[in-house]
Amino acid sequence: MEQNTLITIDNLVKRFPVGKGEFTALNGINLTINPGEFTGIVGPSGSGKTTLLNIIGSLDNATEGDAVVMGESTSNLSLKSAAKLRRKHLGFIFQTYNLLPVYTVYENVEFPLLLLNMSGAERKKAVMDALNWVGITDKVKSRPAQLSGGECQRVAIARAMVKKPVIVLADEPTANLDAANSHNILKMMLKLNEELKTTFIFATHDDKVIKYLKRKISLEDGKVVKDELTKVKGE
Amino acid sequence: MLAIKLAYRNLVGAGLRTWLNVIVLAFVLFMIIWHYGILDGWNEQANRDMQAWEVGNGQYWQENYDPYDFFTLEDSHAEIPDVLQKATVEGIVTPILLTQASVYPDGRIQSMLLKGIKPDQKVIAIPSAELNIESEEIPAVIGKRMAKNCKLKVGDITTIRWRDINGTFDAAEVKIVNVFDCNVPSIDGGQMYIHINTLQKMMQAPNEATMFIIGEDYDMSEDISGWVYKEFDFLMTEMNEMMKMKKVGGSFMYFILMLLAMLAIFDTQVLSIFRRQKEIGTYIAMGMTRTQVVSLFTVEGAMHAILAVIFIGIVGTPLLIWLMSIGMTMPAGTDDMGIAIADTIYPVYGAGLIIGTSLLVFVITLIVSYLPARKISKMKPTDAIKGKIQ
Repeated sequence: MEQNTLITIDNLVKRFPVGKGEFTALNGINLTINPGEFTGIVGPSGSGKTTLLNIIGSLDNATEGDAVVMGESTSNLSLKSAAKLRRKHLGFIFQTYNLLPVYTVYENVEFPLLLLNMSGAERKKAVMDALNWVGITDKVKSRPAQLSGGECQRVAIARAMVKKPVIVLADEPTANLDAANSHNILKMMLKLNEELKTTFIFATHDDKVIKYLKRKISLEDGKVVKDELTKVKGE
Repeated sequence: MLAIKLAYRNLVGAGLRTWLNVIVLAFVLFMIIWHYGILDGWNEQANRDMQAWEVGNGQYWQENYDPYDFFTLEDSHAEIPDVLQKATVEGIVTPILLTQASVYPDGRIQSMLLKGIKPDQKVIAIPSAELNIESEEIPAVIGKRMAKNCKLKVGDITTIRWRDINGTFDAAEVKIVNVFDCNVPSIDGGQMYIHINTLQKMMQAPNEATMFIIGEDYDMSEDISGWVYKEFDFLMTEMNEMMKMKKVGGSFMYFILMLLAMLAIFDTQVLSIFRRQKEIGTYIAMGMTRTQVVSLFTVEGAMHAILAVIFIGIVGTPLLIWLMSIGMTMPAGTDDMGIAIADTIYPVYGAGLIIGTSLLVFVITLIVSYLPARKISKMKPTDAIKGKIQ
């Protein structure tokens, strides 16, 4: 593993049981991802994007091979260690936002910091900073049901970024957003990537996202078919 | 600590759903405390009344006396021993002489227990002073139940018949000089009180008694030949056993109430785990361990009980105090059960009752919250995040 490498994926295979047989979602994936990348795993539905993202995020295990994230082999991680990796170093952004419905915007963004046992004052500063980054400081007391889709996703980004994670894993982050909101969200993430040097990894088939990517890893039937550096066109 | 903080947030955020559960639990808690309070209050009142009207601080029984066998009455009286004679003069014990008799109110016949008592006694609350009234007939005092059954009232004259120690029947007229009102049926129904000296003469048993009721300050260290000491607790055994039975009967109602409340909590928890799968997946994605998530859901459920206790503390306490001040009016005829029971029972809430009941509700809530929460540990986080029913 190169010293600079953040994620190393080595001959990764993931199979799911389907009826009496098995479905191979990922078939021999080899990849390395370096710090500060703004990378997308792209491909049609069923190509294995989300599965790969879940394994990198230690939410799922490989059937064969390994994904080493920040020096930790996700195949050998205990549930507790995997939780610790996610808690400290990983941020997640989901297609359906996954905000906690009974919490306010402030409480949703504060949540990851509670898990890190940060003091109240530190939490408050970090939450306000994160809400500032995404420009939603006027909605701190609103609940998710009172927000638009774009606003919800901005809160989800603030929640993922508030602890300044090393890696942010975003699964179809713009799938439920209109074009204008998608562009705003992606510009914001690109800015955070540049300012905070956070590594972003997207799973997407949305062209609006793809044109913002600096690296595009194409998957088809569970295999990497293309891995290319791209010029950001969205700006 | 984190689980408590998050559980509190979740409960407050859940709004009406939380409060409905809390109110159901609080109602159960309130009912248990109030009902047990009534039983404890009843017990206290019955103890107090029975001590004041019937058993005193203990009794000496003539060795042949058996209150459950009326045939023993003929042989269960003996001469008053010196030591008890002295105590009687001092007013710290009072002798009672018993015999079977019949009364003829309006020509009807009714069996009764005729009791001889000293008019100047102060050991029990029977209004015996009026037995000193000068009258051609024998002055007699009866209780309200006896008066009701025999349709007798103050001033009425009626015939009584008894047998002396030789077995000879005799009869005399008695005049009702007082009808007393007391909560202890066992000293009232089918009983009539006359001057002990009169009864001794009637029975040809001078200076004899069947039992002595002991007042305060009596030294019971001395054994008295021919007389058996019965301590207060023994005399209250029947009453206490009856109260225990009442509590056991009441427990069945609490069990059903508790079951309903726990069903509500269990139902909420099970529903939560299905409905909040996405939330559970999100917790795990953000770095909570499965144990932390299970703890969070368990604490959330158990916190219903804590909120219920706080709710009772704020809303229920004034209500319980108010109920304690007005008491509970017992329906007419309740004292037919034979237990000392006042017209109004005032509940008594002990610290043990409140803390014990709250702890019981808390522990049971904790268990029913934990059981469905265990299911979380079997969830696949990747499916949970998407909210897939598993």
